[in-house]
Amino acid sequence: MSSLVLSPRSKTHTVRTTAIPGFGLTLGYTIVYLSLLVLIPLAGVFFKAAGLGFEGFWHVVSSPRVLAALKLSFGAALIGASINAVFGTLVAWVFVRYEFPGKRFFDAIIDLPFALPTAVAGIALTALYAGNGWIGQYLEPLGIKIAYTPLGVIVACTFIGLPFVVRTVQPVLQDAEKELEEAAASLGADRWQTITRVILPTVLPAVLTGFALAFARAVGEYGSIIFIAGNLPMVSEIAPLLIIIKLEEFDYAGATAVASAMLILSFILLLLVNGLQVWARKRHGGSR
Amino acid sequence: MSTVFDTTLQDPPGLPPEFGQGPLMRRNAAVTEVPWVRWTLILAALLFLLGFLFLPLIAVFVEALRNGFAAYFAAITEPDAWSAIRLTLLTAAIAVPLNLVFGVSAAWAITKFDFRGKSFLITLIDLPFSVSPVVAGLIYILIFGAHGWAGPWLMDHGIKVAFAAPGIVLATIFVTFPFIARELIPLMQEQGTEYEQAALSLGASGWQTFWRVTLPNIRWGLLYGVLLCNARAMGEFGAVSVISGHIRGQTNTMPLHVEILYNEYQFSAAFAVASLLALLALLTLGLKAWLEWRHGEELSASRKH
Amino acid sequence: MDIKVRGIQKNFGSFPALGGVDLDIESGELIALLGPSGSGKTTLLRVIAGLEFPDRGQILFGEEDMADQPIRERRVGFVFQHYALFKHMTVLDNVAFGLRVRSRGERPPEAIIRERARELIELVQLAGLEKRYPTQLSGGQRQRVALARALAIEPRVLLLDEPFGALDAKVRKDLRRWLRQLHDKTGVTTIFVTHDQEEALELADRVVVMNKGRIEQVGSTDEVYEKPATPFVFDFLGNTNVLPGEVRGREVYVDGQTSAIVTDSIHAAGPVDVYVRPSDLRVTDAHAAGFDAVIRSMQRTGPIVRCEATAVHSGQAIEIEVPHLHHDTQALRAGQQVRLRLNQFSVFPRQTRKGGGALPDVVANAPAEYRERGRS
Repeated sequence: MSSLVLSPRSKTHTVRTTAIPGFGLTLGYTIVYLSLLVLIPLAGVFFKAAGLGFEGFWHVVSSPRVLAALKLSFGAALIGASINAVFGTLVAWVFVRYEFPGKRFFDAIIDLPFALPTAVAGIALTALYAGNGWIGQYLEPLGIKIAYTPLGVIVACTFIGLPFVVRTVQPVLQDAEKELEEAAASLGADRWQTITRVILPTVLPAVLTGFALAFARAVGEYGSIIFIAGNLPMVSEIAPLLIIIKLEEFDYAGATAVASAMLILSFILLLLVNGLQVWARKRHGGSR
Repeated sequence: MSTVFDTTLQDPPGLPPEFGQGPLMRRNAAVTEVPWVRWTLILAALLFLLGFLFLPLIAVFVEALRNGFAAYFAAITEPDAWSAIRLTLLTAAIAVPLNLVFGVSAAWAITKFDFRGKSFLITLIDLPFSVSPVVAGLIYILIFGAHGWAGPWLMDHGIKVAFAAPGIVLATIFVTFPFIARELIPLMQEQGTEYEQAALSLGASGWQTFWRVTLPNIRWGLLYGVLLCNARAMGEFGAVSVISGHIRGQTNTMPLHVEILYNEYQFSAAFAVASLLALLALLTLGLKAWLEWRHGEELSASRKH
Repeated sequence: MDIKVRGIQKNFGSFPALGGVDLDIESGELIALLGPSGSGKTTLLRVIAGLEFPDRGQILFGEEDMADQPIRERRVGFVFQHYALFKHMTVLDNVAFGLRVRSRGERPPEAIIRERARELIELVQLAGLEKRYPTQLSGGQRQRVALARALAIEPRVLLLDEPFGALDAKVRKDLRRWLRQLHDKTGVTTIFVTHDQEEALELADRVVVMNKGRIEQVGSTDEVYEKPATPFVFDFLGNTNVLPGEVRGREVYVDGQTSAIVTDSIHAAGPVDVYVRPSDLRVTDAHAAGFDAVIRSMQRTGPIVRCEATAVHSGQAIEIEVPHLHHDTQALRAGQQVRLRLNQFSVFPRQTRKGGGALPDVVANAPAEYRERGRS
């Protein structure tokens, strides 16, 4: 209906294309704000990384310590997001389908990882999962150490990604017609068949979306991880922390290289998940 | 926060009450689970939530009060803590209104008009969700740092951005700007443009239309977005940590102050300051739940973060 | 206020919503824009309002060109299909909105605004509901609030988009009659959009029939119904039988029948389509002008008996409608062959049914002698 171009008309006036005012003002403001805040600074990162040249970039990124950090960040995020995909779907299912005491309270508290500052989450998780912590003290005799190991990183990644899967799957389950299940049942499917062949395919795209969001969030996470991770180089040191360490050493180029590597990897992975999502939606005709 | 305790176990709704118990249960086995499966699932979900959400929250308050109330109050009233609180409030007081104007403006442009590049614009708005906060801090260091492009020039003119309050505000704005826009875009999309058209046809100007018609229609969604934006602005850690320089009493926000205390093994003091932030989070969640419960129909149906 | 629409063209992307529309509307008229969805009727209404802007062409209010006038300066009362009542305002505040947003110099004092709003609320028979919110009103009441709100700005023209579309049948009928009375009282030039031919015919002074972004015919209710300009108009305004026919001189042979129907209009000789409504077919004696058909089945629906029949020669399926108590009903028996007379019909050149091209102009309408009985 409207376009950025106001084409001149035969006479003196121009063609108006929409009755609603404020297009130039709001779009202009939006673009200026985004350019100043996002586009120009972000372009700067790549510019800086490009200044290293590919050799320099590779030299930084391929150093064992950086590789280990990237591997940990992405690996832990992937595992955390997977845990959330399973348990998040379970939680959403339980919330939508069952009645139990305290449901409203638990439903409200799901969003805690959005609202709780990450540093607070970090020290709280450490207090719980450290060797002398509330939960850690029971695990330690079993030989399971969580805090100050890669396991701790996974715990933190799970914490901050938890709401994403729940909140994307919940509305889809809510909208899913009970009739589908009844139809499956009427055709002779047992409960397990109904769940695996009818319900799960319906919510799969939403689960994948939640997974992607949780993963993206966890890869870049810093605050809730550094307290519980212990930050041992090569073992439990995450990529964002490495960026900060390099910055503190005034190795701006190195920091930028790690940051670019993270951005590129996240981008590729998100693209993959996006493709998977499109596939799932087409294949199963999910409701969202 | 209101909690409803439903003690009776219910079959899923939609079955007429006149069905007898026996046949109902058998018929129903195909569309719901037998009780032991149901309760196992509920238990598993709740245990998961307990370990990952509820206990951490409790831990904050318990640890904060470990050395008694006196120590607690001392920790949150000492000068450094106090200056961290002030800086946090100041940051939010600048970042939230700026992002509010941006969010409304972006949502207006995106939902009331069609133009090329719209989906790119929306992607751009979502960007901070997928960029590490540390990277967000880094990009501002690269520009405003002592070795950055604009840093030296600005410093020559007496303006300090990195390792100072302006940098903290900038990084906070970057990390929190999507929240309000993301809340408003789907909401305003659902509402369409008919109300605005009606107001204009009755002779209202653009501003009158916005203030008298659009704003009342989106007020709850806006409040919702502001709540989330504010919670994140006050609690942002990664981006702020990079750019602040951790100067005690000057460039420390509350989350950074928590980190410093924690690293100095002043655990109770760290948890005491953290408990203030946790209270803020609880307040946010409470208000959020209230909004969803009371004004749910005036929030966007496809709300997700 | 009289309104002139001159050569309006409007595309949505590559879709031509309006392809050169001309229309003159007289002051005080009540006009219906009638057409199927996608015919461009709503777009035309929105162009007149200033909610859409044409790619080409002019809208004149009197002699004044509206091209540069944004909607807020046009003073058009627009009633939206779903009313677009402001949910957070009471009925009174909704109606008063248009007066309150006026610039300081033109704005009447608050007391007068309230007074005027009350008058209007009374005019639309909603007195006593001033303090209600839109969600507390029924569909018909909302519709009337929307109307009062539009009238409050003393519009030069009142525009209604599917004004009764969202209402149930009974309310719709009452409101229709009431709107006609209201129009007669206020005398505001009014244009409304509808896809319901009954609504258009009952309410409007003149009907504008639109199809595919063009105007097919403009005329009074009688004109469009009895002298449809195109096959589309005939078809759109009611149930239709299309029979193959042929014109020779002043005679029309229907369904290859030797007994010709004589018309008093001049037609181009050759194959034609004869359009006739089910209610304009009557049984006649075997020698009279008409064509033969075999009755297949009969079904009474309320006061009307509906027959399905087949034309003897072409095998064309035909529908016949007769009032239940009409003497014809006795002659109509399944399996029986009857001769059918055409009360009223239109003749159009045989169409090559491919669609796309412009429809041919009217060649002839039914002759006077066939109108003797009027419509049943």
